[in-house]
Amino acid sequence: MAPLFYILAALAILAALSVVLQRTPAYSALSLIVVLCSLAVVYLLLGAEFLAVVQVIIYAGAIMVLFVLVIMLLNARQETPTDRSRLARWLGAPLLVVFLGEIFFAVWQRFPPETIPAAPVLVGGPRAVGELLFRNYVLPFELTSILILVAVLGAVVLAKKEV
Amino acid sequence: MVPLAHILALSAILFGLGAAGFIVRRNIITIFMCIELMLNAVNLAFIGFSRYLGNLDGQVFVFFVIVVAAAEAAVGLAVIIAVYRNRGSLSIDDLDSMKL
Repeated sequence: MAPLFYILAALAILAALSVVLQRTPAYSALSLIVVLCSLAVVYLLLGAEFLAVVQVIIYAGAIMVLFVLVIMLLNARQETPTDRSRLARWLGAPLLVVFLGEIFFAVWQRFPPETIPAAPVLVGGPRAVGELLFRNYVLPFELTSILILVAVLGAVVLAKKEV
Repeated sequence: MVPLAHILALSAILFGLGAAGFIVRRNIITIFMCIELMLNAVNLAFIGFSRYLGNLDGQVFVFFVIVVAAAEAAVGLAVIIAVYRNRGSLSIDDLDSMKL
């Protein structure tokens, strides 16, 4: 199980690099699908079965299809590089390294790799997650339905001919 | 068994890459995809903690994050379409009319 995690982690990081470095949005979208699918398998390894399937169906399926559709619709070509963000170019990489170093330091200080014992495997199948969702989180769950309704109405209004 | 620190490290790397792309990229669709990358990094941290604490509440949180991400993608892409219709451009350098 552990080797598979590291293989998937390497794949996800490489694909994420490709998302950031590609100049053509369509290639970025395809790389993002690779990231999402490898993360779905990582979820499976961590016992989150339901979320792994939801990740593939909703993220890699529905959301990315929407992205690819918009890229196609707007005919998004290669972006033209500009030198306007000179500050970002010079300060970006050092700040990213500092940020990551800070997080790694905090994580290794707080959760050293060898000392935290894992809890017994708790499989998050549809039944377990569903029971929790409808017992402890009913109100947020119902509120998300209103959120989605408003979001769909908003999307229709925004994308209409005359705004 | 994978140590929790390594899961959190992967999450941090993905989040950092997403944040870097958010700042560096000029295309508004790519910027949007970098936001999705950051959301996924946070989801991974939630699931890692859920596994190590033996508590399924984290997975319910991830479920809500995915639902909100779906709503956000629908609205965000509609906004991008409206912007493209009004400006005829996808580069954020052309969207500076509110700059002082």
